[in-house]
Amino acid sequence: MDLAFFSVQLLNGLQYGLLLFLIASGLTLIFGIMGIINLAHGAMYMIGAYLIYDLTLRLGNFWLAMLAAIPIAIVLGLIIERLFLDTLYKRDHLYQVLLTFGLILVLNEAQRILWGGDVHRVAVPAPFDASIQLTDNLQYSVYRLFVMGVCLALAGVIYWVMRHTRLGIIIRAGAVNRDMVEGLGINVRTLFTLIFSVGVALTAFAGMIAAPLTSIAPGMGDSILITCFVVVVIGGIGSIKGAFWGAIIIGMATTFGAVLIPSLASMVIYLIMAAVLLVKPRGLFA
Amino acid sequence: MLHKYPKRVAYIMLVLTALVAAFPLWGEAVFGNQANFMLEKLTLMLILALFAMSLDLLVGIVGLVSLGHALFFGLGAYTLALASPDFSPASMWWMLPLVMCVSACVGLIVGVLVIRTKGIFFIMTTLAFGQMLYYFISTSPLAGGTDGVFIMFRPSLTIGETSLVNLDNPYSFFYFCLGMLLIGFLFLRWLTRSYFGQVLDGIHDNEHRMQALGYATSGYKLVAFVIAGVMAAIAGMLAAMQYGFANPAQLGWHTSGEVLMMLILGGMGTIFGPILGAFAYEILLYIYEHATTHWPILMGLTIIIAVLVLPRGIAGLIIAPPWHSKRQTEPGTESEHGKAQVALSAKPAPSARRTKP
Repeated sequence: MDLAFFSVQLLNGLQYGLLLFLIASGLTLIFGIMGIINLAHGAMYMIGAYLIYDLTLRLGNFWLAMLAAIPIAIVLGLIIERLFLDTLYKRDHLYQVLLTFGLILVLNEAQRILWGGDVHRVAVPAPFDASIQLTDNLQYSVYRLFVMGVCLALAGVIYWVMRHTRLGIIIRAGAVNRDMVEGLGINVRTLFTLIFSVGVALTAFAGMIAAPLTSIAPGMGDSILITCFVVVVIGGIGSIKGAFWGAIIIGMATTFGAVLIPSLASMVIYLIMAAVLLVKPRGLFA
Repeated sequence: MLHKYPKRVAYIMLVLTALVAAFPLWGEAVFGNQANFMLEKLTLMLILALFAMSLDLLVGIVGLVSLGHALFFGLGAYTLALASPDFSPASMWWMLPLVMCVSACVGLIVGVLVIRTKGIFFIMTTLAFGQMLYYFISTSPLAGGTDGVFIMFRPSLTIGETSLVNLDNPYSFFYFCLGMLLIGFLFLRWLTRSYFGQVLDGIHDNEHRMQALGYATSGYKLVAFVIAGVMAAIAGMLAAMQYGFANPAQLGWHTSGEVLMMLILGGMGTIFGPILGAFAYEILLYIYEHATTHWPILMGLTIIIAVLVLPRGIAGLIIAPPWHSKRQTEPGTESEHGKAQVALSAKPAPSARRTKP
């Protein structure tokens, strides 16, 4: 492995890790503040990808499609939260697992009804459909760099909101002691709805910007969900910082695992998780 | 957990068991030439009932919500498929112990890791380990990859040269599975009433208190995890015999979700409930599959509705029917320990729970 090849893998790992962070941060926010384990999170990633595919075809422009798809994702999040999750806050995780598992079946099948079982692709949108020259014989896609930039920017925004705004203080306080926050006169109900919609929107957005880089296929949400669980377990549940470093670790491990030890590639992330569980059962940053 | 159930529970279960056991007598009259197909379905339901029952030990009795129980189900199936000789039937006398040993060893390794986690972490880690085996099997050329492995011969159950039960015969196999289910049921009933089971029940209600009383709760949970795994592996082995192949789908997390669904549909923590749940789930599945190709949407909605309106499952309906107004408990609110759990989980968020137990 020469340096150029190595740096391409490094960039790929970073890009995948940052994308994972977007999804995992939604998952961990929803769990940290709401105490809800949302299995349908991966399905929302899939919905995001299919929405952008469908709307790009209809509107003819990737960016317009994204503009239209984000509100749809937010509204979908609102509906799910108000309709189904509302009754679950006081119930055991078991029921949350089951209800959101039911949601997965419904969403996956809805996808099949709306868009069929075929694998689709979305073209890399202009002006990022170029590549830059890294070395004489090595190129790197500008779109991947763009994705990295967007993810990093969003990570920064999340960090800023969580650390330096009143809303962030409330969210962090709510994650530690929900009853107390409610006692201080904050409408936790509305906060929950907001958090859930934002979490879902983050995931769907990740699906949208990832769409030109992956093939859009049924069940794409399931595998990403489980990868994100691993990220969250490694980083520590409810911790945004943990989600970030967990995602970077998993992104790198997946990319380099596929290159260095292809026979074990699919298992590498689980082995890392097992190792973390042995050393720090609550995750690295909990 | 160990409430004395009303007498009608025993009556209903006995009548249903008799009805199922007598299927060869009435099956042909009701289903005509579909009777053989229905017998196979029924056999599968018995196997899945055993599977769901094994999960009840974890979820209902100990309170450990596992979303990776299919790991053991698939492990049993693959152990049978890979250990069977190609050109002759294996002997059940060593196949069954082998399946139990393999699953116990895997259960021990996975258990040591996952028992260290609690609550939502436990759900995620069991799911992740289940998927780990899933990816390992479906990418391993040894195990046939995504195609799975075919089982050429069902194991035989013989003493010397005489065959005890001819497992190739669908009727004998049906009764064999029924027998295994009954053994599993009686075993779990005995286990939950034993000293060990009482400790598990205590852990479910309040683990910290059990620790304060001097119980090494992790050890108890680990043993329960291994036992549940071994039972699920036996169910998986039977399922592989029934299907004639072992397939990665048997390991996948959708299988774990489905068996959890059977458990809730039937009523967890009751041991007999999951049996009803497995039957109900499979019957619903059969109806939905015949109604529309988009049956998962119906199944998903059924799951959602069951969670919202029937949290105690069918067993809950039998134990405390809604028309018995005196015993009626509001749907949605849990029993005493349910409340205690909510109160517990509401207070310390996982990130804040720094104190070592």
